[in-house]
Amino acid sequence: MKKISGSSLSRRQFLASTAVSILFTSTSGSLARSFSGQLPWSPFAGDPPTPVRPGPWLFFTHDEAQTIEAIVDRIIPADDLSIGGKDAGCAVFIDRQLAGFFGNFERLYMKGPFAKGFPQQGLQSPILPTQRYRAGLAALDDYCRTTFSGRAFSALALPEQDKVLQELENGSIDLDDADTKTFFELVLQNTMEGFFADPIYGGNKDMVSWKMIGFPGARYDYRDFVGNHNQPYPLPPVSIMGRGDWGGKG
Amino acid sequence: MKRNPAPFTALLPLAMAAIFSAAAPARGQGATDSQSFEIIERGRYLATAGDCVACHTAPGGKPYAGGLALETPFGKLVGANITPDRETGIGAWTDDQFVQAMQEGIAPRGHLYPAMPYPAFTKVSRADLLAIRAFLNTLEPVKNPIEPNQLPFPFNIRASMLAWNALNFTPGEFKPDPGKPAEWNRGAYLVEGLGHCGTCHTPKTILGGDKNADSLQGAVLQSWFAPDITNAMHKGLGGWSQEDIVQYLKTGANQFTIASGPMADAITNSTSKLSDPDLKAIATYLKDMPSNANTTPVPVAADDKRMVAGQAIYKDTCNACHLDSGAGTSHLFPTLAGSAVVQSDNPTTLIRVVLQGTQGVATAAAPTAPAMPSFAWRLNDEQVASLLTYVRNSWGNAAAPVSAADVKTLRESLASAE
Amino acid sequence: MARKLPRKDVVIVGLGWTGSILANELTDEGLDVVAIERGPWRNTATDFNVGYMQDELRYAIRKDLFLRPAQSTLTFRNNVEQEALPIREFGSFLPGNGVGGAGVHWNGQTWRFLPSDFRCRSHLSERYGEKFIPDELTIQDWGVTYEEMEPYYDKFEYLAGVSGKAGNINGKRQDGGNPFEGARARDYPLPPLDMTYGPKLFAEGAREAGYHPFPQPAANASRSYTNTLGVEMGACSYCGFCERFGCANYSKASPQTTILPVLMRKPNFECRTNSEVVRINLDRSGKRATGVTYVDAQGQEWEQPGDLVLVCAFILFNVHMLLVSGIGKPYDPKTATGTVGRNYTYQTYAGVEMFFDNKNFNPFIATGAIGQCIDDFNGDNFDHSGLDFVGGAGIMCASTNARPIATRPTPPGTPRWGSTWKKATTDNYLSSLYLNAQGGSYATRGNYLDLDPTYKDRLGRPLLRMTFDFPDNDIRMISYVTRKAEEIAKVMTPRQIVPHYRTKPYSVVPYQSTHNIGGAIMGSDPKTSVVNKYLQSWDVPNVFVIGASAFPQNAGYNPTDTVGALAYKAADAIRNLYLKNEGPLVPA
Repeated sequence: MKKISGSSLSRRQFLASTAVSILFTSTSGSLARSFSGQLPWSPFAGDPPTPVRPGPWLFFTHDEAQTIEAIVDRIIPADDLSIGGKDAGCAVFIDRQLAGFFGNFERLYMKGPFAKGFPQQGLQSPILPTQRYRAGLAALDDYCRTTFSGRAFSALALPEQDKVLQELENGSIDLDDADTKTFFELVLQNTMEGFFADPIYGGNKDMVSWKMIGFPGARYDYRDFVGNHNQPYPLPPVSIMGRGDWGGKG
Repeated sequence: MKRNPAPFTALLPLAMAAIFSAAAPARGQGATDSQSFEIIERGRYLATAGDCVACHTAPGGKPYAGGLALETPFGKLVGANITPDRETGIGAWTDDQFVQAMQEGIAPRGHLYPAMPYPAFTKVSRADLLAIRAFLNTLEPVKNPIEPNQLPFPFNIRASMLAWNALNFTPGEFKPDPGKPAEWNRGAYLVEGLGHCGTCHTPKTILGGDKNADSLQGAVLQSWFAPDITNAMHKGLGGWSQEDIVQYLKTGANQFTIASGPMADAITNSTSKLSDPDLKAIATYLKDMPSNANTTPVPVAADDKRMVAGQAIYKDTCNACHLDSGAGTSHLFPTLAGSAVVQSDNPTTLIRVVLQGTQGVATAAAPTAPAMPSFAWRLNDEQVASLLTYVRNSWGNAAAPVSAADVKTLRESLASAE
Repeated sequence: MARKLPRKDVVIVGLGWTGSILANELTDEGLDVVAIERGPWRNTATDFNVGYMQDELRYAIRKDLFLRPAQSTLTFRNNVEQEALPIREFGSFLPGNGVGGAGVHWNGQTWRFLPSDFRCRSHLSERYGEKFIPDELTIQDWGVTYEEMEPYYDKFEYLAGVSGKAGNINGKRQDGGNPFEGARARDYPLPPLDMTYGPKLFAEGAREAGYHPFPQPAANASRSYTNTLGVEMGACSYCGFCERFGCANYSKASPQTTILPVLMRKPNFECRTNSEVVRINLDRSGKRATGVTYVDAQGQEWEQPGDLVLVCAFILFNVHMLLVSGIGKPYDPKTATGTVGRNYTYQTYAGVEMFFDNKNFNPFIATGAIGQCIDDFNGDNFDHSGLDFVGGAGIMCASTNARPIATRPTPPGTPRWGSTWKKATTDNYLSSLYLNAQGGSYATRGNYLDLDPTYKDRLGRPLLRMTFDFPDNDIRMISYVTRKAEEIAKVMTPRQIVPHYRTKPYSVVPYQSTHNIGGAIMGSDPKTSVVNKYLQSWDVPNVFVIGASAFPQNAGYNPTDTVGALAYKAADAIRNLYLKNEGPLVPA
C-alpha cells in the first residue's frame, strides 16, 4: 500500500480554488458531487422553508373544505383559551400538506406487495393521504346526510358534530372503504400538526397555540434563563419568519 | 474509455510552502546569483508576501499562468501570464524590463494599469524584485496567451496611463525613516510595498488613485468594505494589540474576529505564510498609523424605532452566536461590540454578510472555518436595516444608521452577481 | 455496466462518526482515502441555519434529515412465525442519512459502558454461576476489556468536547460523578451543563431515596471548546432542538463540528455524496475485497477499487452490506450456526410520567443530553441474587425538549381533542416531568438480521429483515427498574404519577430509540463473531466493519461513546498493525 510520509504531506500545500467538483461531466442533471480540499460554502446557501400563502384551496374541493374546516373547529374548538382550529388555519395547513410531498407519501417505501400485517408492523396500506382524505370526507358527508336527514357534517349542530367525531374515534361508525379509524387518526394528527407547527405552514395563526401553552417557539438561546428555576419565561414566542416587533413590511 | 482522474482533485499544488524560517530575508544586498537556492527561496517568500498568485491565476488554472479577471470601476483587467514562457509569459523579459514593470508600471508591450499595484511595488528594492524574478524563472513555462487589457474606450488607451501617473503615481524605492526603529521600517516596507495593503484598504479618487491623506482608512471594492486598518480607536485597529494583529494575519482569527471575504484569500495565500518577525513588523507599523477619523459619532438613540425593532430581531436571530452582549465567542463567532467593521462609515460588508452569509478562513492553526448563515430569506430590507442600525449603536458602538435603500441596492447587486 | 475508477488506498462506506474518524486517522497516515456517502453533503451554516433549524414539523415530524424509506428500509417481524413486512415509515428508530450520519441528529448523551459490560457472560458466571444466566440469552464477551477501551474513550470524549463530571479517576472516587463507572484517566474535557429545574428536583429526590445522582455526560458543550484537532465549538444555548436536528450553534458534537473542518482540508481525502455503495467486491478467492461498486444520483454504476474497505454505515446497513456482498456466513436461527446477523439487540425503554401543581419547569429550555441520572440499577451495579433477570437500566431525568407537536403530556383519561383536551394540555405543558429507564438489551437465539425473501430496495437488492421481540429477561429487568423509578417519583411528590411499563410485542411504530445494535459482532471466536477485537472481518481481512454493529449485546447506555472509541481502536490497529503486515490481525 502506498504511503506518503507525514512530513512530505504536510509540506505540500494546496490552493483550494475549486473545492467542489462535479463528478464526471459526461453525464447531465443533478450530479453526484465530489468534495475535497476545503469545506465547501457558497453565498446564499441554504434551504429555507417556503411560507404558505393565503389563497385558493390547492387540494380540497369547496365541499371538502367546508367539512374539514368544521372538523378542525371541533377538534380545536374556540373557547377562552384560544381561537378555533378553523381560524387558526388548520384546514389551510392540511390542504397545503396534502398538496406537497406528504400527500403522496413520497418519502415512504410504497412498493408492494401490500399485506395487512400486525399493528406493530406499522403502516401497510397502499392508500395515500390524499386518497384517504378524499374518500373519508366523502364517506363522512354521505353518512351524515343519511343519518341526519340530508345534512352534511358542516351543517350539523355542534353537539352532533362532536358525537360523530367521537364515534369516528372509537370506530363505531363504519365509513365503508374509508377505514374509519385510520382516517380519524390521520385527521387528528394533521390538525394537531397544523395547530402546533410554525405558522409558516398555514396553521397556528399568530402563534396562538404557543401563546396558549407557553412555548416560546423558534428561539435558539435560553442561556440567560437556565438558572431561573420555576419562573415564567419572559420573552414572547417567535416564528421562523419573525414576530410583529421586528417591524418592516412583511 | 479515456478518463481523466483530475476531476477528483481539481486542486492545484502550489510550490509556495512557508518553509521560511523566522529570520527575515536580508535586503539591500546585490542579488547576483539568480540560481542560488537562497535567492530563489527568498523570491518565493516575497512573491507570497506580494500575493502575486491571487491575480495571476485563473480559477482552476495553472498558478501564475494568468487569467483572473479583475472587475475594476473602469472595466475588466485580466492578470497576465507571469510564467517564464517566452511567447505568452515574461520569459523573454530582461531583468531590467521586469524591474521597470514592477517599479514604474511600464512593460515591454506598453504601460500597465494600476490594478497591477506598481504604485506600491515601486517601493520594493531592486534586489527583492530580482529575487522574485529568480523564483518566477523556476516555474514551469505555461503557454497561455492573455489579453490583460479588456477595458472599454478611452481607458483601453494605454497612453492614457501617462496622464494618470502624473496625477496619482509617485515612483521611487522605499526610504527607511531613520527616526523609526528597524522593525517599524520593515513593517512600512511590507505594508506600503509588496503587501500592497492600500490597494484595498485606501480610499480611491474618482480616477482610482489612492487618496493618500486617507491612507489605509478603508474602502469599498467588489461589494466588500475593506476596513480602516490604521490605529483609529473607533473604526480601525485601535482596540487590537500588536499580538491580535499578528494572530489575525497568521491564523485568520483572533480573540475578536475571523477573516472572511477577500481578506480570507489574502490570509490563505499570503499573510499566513509570512514569518513571525515580518508579521510583528507589519503590526508595529499599522499600530503607528495615524488616522484623521478619531471622533466618535453620536449613537442612534435606543428608543429610535429602528433600534427597538433591531433589538427584537437581534435577540430572536443573532443572540445564539453573537450573544446578548455582542461579545461573540473567541475564534468562532466574531465580537460585534467595539468592532471596527461594525462601526465603519460604510456598512457594505455588514449588509452583505447578513444577506448572503460568509465563511471564515481556515488555516492549519485555526481550521474551523465557521460560517455565518444567510438571512436574505428571513429578513426584508427594512429589517436588515433596523438590525444593523441596532448592532452599530449598541454596547458602546456608534455609527450612522443603515438605510433600507442601501440594503435593497446591495441585495439586488448580489443577486445579479449570483 | 460499471465504469472503473482509479484505485484508492482506502474506500470508506458512509461518512458519519466512524467514517470521519477513520478517514482522519488514515489520511494522517498518508493514505489516499475516499468516502462514499449515499446522502447529501451537509454543514452547519448552510444546512442547519439558526433561522430555520427550529422547525419541528420539518425536522422532527417529517424527518427531513433522516434516511427516506423510499431510498432504503428494512422489513420487520417479531418472530420467525410471522411474515416480515416492510417498515414503510420509520418510527421506533430513525436511521440517519448524509454527511455526518446519525452524528448530526443525535442528542449527545455520551456514555461509557461498564467494565462488566465488556465481559458480560464471564462476569455474570463468575458472580452468580453460569446457570444463573437465563437459557434464552446468547450474551457473550466482547473480546476486549474496559481497560483496553479506556484510552479510546478518552480520545473520543476529548474530540467531542463532552461535558460531565468524573466519578472515578484512576480508581479514586470523585464526588458528584457516577460512582459506578469504570476508572477513567482524567475528568471530562468540560464541566457539566448548567442544570435545569426538573433534573435538579430528580437529583434531590434520588439522593433522598439513597441513590447516587450525577449529571449526564453530554456532547453538548457547556463552554466554548477547542478540541484535540484544533476545531472550535461554541457553548450550548439550551435551545431544545437537538435530537432530529442539526446544531446551528457549533455546540453539539458531530463530524461537522469536530472533524470535518480538518479532514476536508486534506488533499488526500475526498468525499463523494449522493452515491450509494451497492456491494463490496471480492476477488475469486472470496477472501479479499477489491473495492466497492456504487451508484451515483443518475443511476450510473462505478467501480471504485481500493486496498482496504471500511464499512462505516449505520449498523443495520453495515450488516446489510456484508450480507449482499457475501462476506461471512449468514446466521441461521434454526441451527444457531453462521454469524452475520446474529445477536441483533436494541434498547429497552420504560418511564414514569409525573404531573405537578404549581411548578414551572420551562421544559423547552433543554439540550439533548442535559439531565441527572442514577446508575444504581444499571448493568450489574446491584446484586441480582434472588432476582429473576440479568442486566439493568439507568434512570434519568433528561428533558431533552418540549416541542409541542409531539410533546404535550396530559394525564391518562384526558380526551385527545376538544375543550377538555385543550385545558389539560395548557395546564400540564410546563409542569410535567418524565423519568426514563434506559435498559440494556440482551441477545437471544431468535432475534437476528438476515435478507428478506420478498421485498427489494430501489437498486433491486433484497431488503434487510429484522426479527426481534423483547426477551422476557429484559421485560422483567425493565419492570424492576421502572418500579424503582416510580419510588423516586413518589419522593418528588407530584400530583400524579403515571408509570409506562414496557410490554411485548416490540412495535416499530412509536419512537423508542435509534440504538440498534449487533449483527456484525466482535469477539474472540470466529464461530460466534463476525469481526475480531480490531473490528476486522474474520473472513475478508481487508474489510473492517465499524459501528454499533460490533456490540455483542447492548448495555443500559447510549452507544455513541463506545462507537467512537471502537472507531479509534480500529484506526489504531490499522495504523500500527495492519499497515505493517496486511492480513488477519488475530489468527482465526
